[in-house]
Amino acid sequence: MTTRGNVAARTAPSGSVRGGFFAFGALVMMETDVNAPMTIKDSSLPGHTRERLVVIGNGMAGCRAVEEVLARDPARYAITIFGAEPRVNYNRIMLSPVLSGEKAFDDIVINPQAWYDDNAITLVSGDPVASIDRAAQIVVSASGRIEPYDRLLIATGSDPFIIPVPGKNLAGVVTFRDLDDVDKMLAAAETGGAAVVIGGGLLGLEAAHGLSLRGMAVTVIHLMPTLMERQLDEAAGFLLKTELERRGQVILTSADTAEIIEAGGHVAGVRLKDGREISADIVVMAVGIKPSVALAKAAGLEVERGILVDDHMVTSDPAILAVGECVQHRGNCYGLVAPLWDMCRALADHATGAPTGYEGSVTSTKLKVSGIDLFSAGDFSGGDGAEDIVMRDAARGIYKRVVVKDNRLVGAVLYGDTADGNWYFDLLKKGEDISNIREALIFGQAFADASAHGGGALLDSNAAVAALSDDAEICGCNGVSKGKVVGCILGGAQSLDAVRSSCKASASCGSCTGLVESLLSLTLGGEVERKEKTVCKCTSFTHDDIRRLIVEKELKAIPQVMQALHWTTPDGCASCRPALNYYLLCALPGEYVDDQQSRFVNERMHANIQKDGTYSVVPRMWGGLTNPRELRAIADVVEKFNAPMVKVTGGQRLDIFGIKKEDLPAVWADLNAAGMVSGHAYGKSLRTVKTCVGSEWCRFGTQDSTGLGVKIEHMTWGSWMPHKFKIAVSGCPRNCAEATIKDFGVVCVDSGYELHVGGNGGIKVRATDLLCKVETEAEAMEVCAAFIQLYREQAHYLERTAPWIERVGLDHVKAGLFDDPDAVRRLAARFAYSQSFMQDDPWAKRAAGDESELHQHLAEVRPLEFVS
Amino acid sequence: MIGAMTGQWLDIGPVDQISPGNARTLPVRGGEEIAVFHTLDNQFYALVNKCPHKQGPLSQGIVHGNVVTCPLHNWNISLKTGEALGEDKGCVPTIPLRVDAGRLYLLREAVVGKKVA
Repeated sequence: MTTRGNVAARTAPSGSVRGGFFAFGALVMMETDVNAPMTIKDSSLPGHTRERLVVIGNGMAGCRAVEEVLARDPARYAITIFGAEPRVNYNRIMLSPVLSGEKAFDDIVINPQAWYDDNAITLVSGDPVASIDRAAQIVVSASGRIEPYDRLLIATGSDPFIIPVPGKNLAGVVTFRDLDDVDKMLAAAETGGAAVVIGGGLLGLEAAHGLSLRGMAVTVIHLMPTLMERQLDEAAGFLLKTELERRGQVILTSADTAEIIEAGGHVAGVRLKDGREISADIVVMAVGIKPSVALAKAAGLEVERGILVDDHMVTSDPAILAVGECVQHRGNCYGLVAPLWDMCRALADHATGAPTGYEGSVTSTKLKVSGIDLFSAGDFSGGDGAEDIVMRDAARGIYKRVVVKDNRLVGAVLYGDTADGNWYFDLLKKGEDISNIREALIFGQAFADASAHGGGALLDSNAAVAALSDDAEICGCNGVSKGKVVGCILGGAQSLDAVRSSCKASASCGSCTGLVESLLSLTLGGEVERKEKTVCKCTSFTHDDIRRLIVEKELKAIPQVMQALHWTTPDGCASCRPALNYYLLCALPGEYVDDQQSRFVNERMHANIQKDGTYSVVPRMWGGLTNPRELRAIADVVEKFNAPMVKVTGGQRLDIFGIKKEDLPAVWADLNAAGMVSGHAYGKSLRTVKTCVGSEWCRFGTQDSTGLGVKIEHMTWGSWMPHKFKIAVSGCPRNCAEATIKDFGVVCVDSGYELHVGGNGGIKVRATDLLCKVETEAEAMEVCAAFIQLYREQAHYLERTAPWIERVGLDHVKAGLFDDPDAVRRLAARFAYSQSFMQDDPWAKRAAGDESELHQHLAEVRPLEFVS
Repeated sequence: MIGAMTGQWLDIGPVDQISPGNARTLPVRGGEEIAVFHTLDNQFYALVNKCPHKQGPLSQGIVHGNVVTCPLHNWNISLKTGEALGEDKGCVPTIPLRVDAGRLYLLREAVVGKKVA
């Protein structure tokens, strides 16, 4: 190597310096205000040949940058590329198809050896750079090779993130970053067995897919509740999970790895923090990547998460550029391939003297798992003025969501049909005004183009329906054409229900309800009024529809209901989420996992929120009975936690007020210790069974009303209901327990028990209806259980028994209970089955530390410590 | 944006302290308690933990989209702007928040208020 004069020519910027480098130096000064000395090159110096460009990194970014530079000025640089891997440049993002066997390594080579030769590039492969000496402007490789540079490009990419758990270094724990990793996985797959992939993001799922195709039994462990949560919303994540499970993978979400288990020096499995163990012959760590910055840091370059670069990909040292996943540009680090291309363009423009600048990238994601179409781009967090447009087609497994803000597309998530992904991405990047295609946007490019050319006819949905031909299919489920629906309407079916029953249109999945309503309105003129209100604005279905369809379609989770029933919002609202949670809980006792995020605060905190944000706590006192031990425990809690008020409630309990959310678990622990459990005074659930003293003490008492009340409360406590549910048992018709304004009331008489239902002492006082009279306690209890179950299975969420009975009629309730002589027994048995899962004191679990984060502050800020 | 992670941002810990769909609180001595939200879409927001209506603790409400429904009287509050949605009128202060390398940061001056001169 000859030493050229320009290498050492360092000087302060000066107007007299000529040549391409001046522009470079000046730009650095303006853009980043870096006061480092610059390398100034004067190409008119005698003996000048080419500037020496050394590239650290033979990956996608490094080689692309070189390609871009060569395309602009092939004669400018003498180029040396260092690569840590012993092979030519290949397409790293195509490693997934190599793993799954859909491609071979040769298929993914970007630049074969000939490319290096043709462009006179020296490739130093399998010999990574070990250090950079910025003062001498040389790099030193692991093998001791010294390479001087005029211009250095760092393209070291990123390193896999290794979660710091015991066992992370065991044999059989691999990452998924390069071809060597793929080879290790393939070797493991040859013997079959089980694989655990830690990480349910893009990389992890692709690894899981590959291993699964190679015949391994794959379990994916993902920390967050939603797969690919950075790219997908809950709805799309759920569909993806369902599909992967259908393909035989086990997907564990909200699963935190505690350690990797060893057997004989090799990995044997993974233990989760909740104690579960999954055995494995190989563990793939694919939780994420971090910019590879060690080399740059050691060389003293400015580094935060990534190597800091300006808009021209120049680092804090003007002679050193950086590009790709190792850099941090305007606060962002990128882990996807598209930004690399933009960065490389800006870098090459600059390095060849025609700087343009990189302004950051909008990224999009596609999952490379064959048979699963998934696309995501932009921001779908909604926000001020942002509007979601959601389309779901349950039959075809499609979920599409676009987010529009200020008449511009800002985000898109597509599952099942990604044909329009690029079109959306294009609209998003260009920021085009989409107001003239807004109505058709969600249906994709073809539809939107037609709409735009049709002069925006689709802006009016009725006009769009009017434009359909008579043989256009309206209802896909039942194969009903527009002509047939219109014929039906003209034949007298003048409401949605009538259309549904006469020609079956919209009678199955209901996704065409809007179309049928449009046809009704077009055919009959004027707005069509729906008889029954929908659950909320997120759906066109009524409560009854949803309850029926959950059972018919065997729906098992909230996102599944939303998908199957074409919810128009991504994750529902404060009205529909709690309703769906209840309906699923009621339909699938013991199977459905309660969704805490769909519960009102009181049911999440197991206490009643008060206007000042504190809570009130009501321990259960069976039938309103108590004893010195319980009273002492309550008194102690009141004193210990400084509760400002204790109140006797209308339901014969003691209510402790003013408890802070942080103190609730401790309060419950003290009450539990005295044998008391949650009183559920906060829930849409059985509240209290109020009693009078009855025949045991009262001279008028006809039966043991207290005893029966206690028994009923033991039978019914802990049950979730459509709304709160109150019971009372009075020992004689004087009715001291006020049983005739309860949801279920028992009035004891000499000859037995009168059972009353549908009473309410609230806003609209309603006295009960007499349901029946029975002779024994056992019968009273069985009818009570049956009535509760009928109400649980049929009422709308947030409908008390009084309005329910007013709506459906007492005869309907009586028919449901008594028409079939076996109905009471069957309903009571279903209630008992459900209760076998419900009668579990929620306070005890919280007191033992369950969900402690709900009760703890994140931290406390003490501003004084920060005031300087 | 180089250097944006310096002293004006207050590190309040890792993102996984708040599960999606939930919120947690950050009392500020001498100031307003802050509620930090994690939406189902995996976005994070910080607001003063007081509904503009009757000061209900927003942290305890149901989170849907980027809206929280106040637990006291069901006002819907935008997590992005702090404004009441629909017919209701009112606004609660928001605190600039950023996520960096898996940690949450709040704009310090918005947390502790303006320093007294």
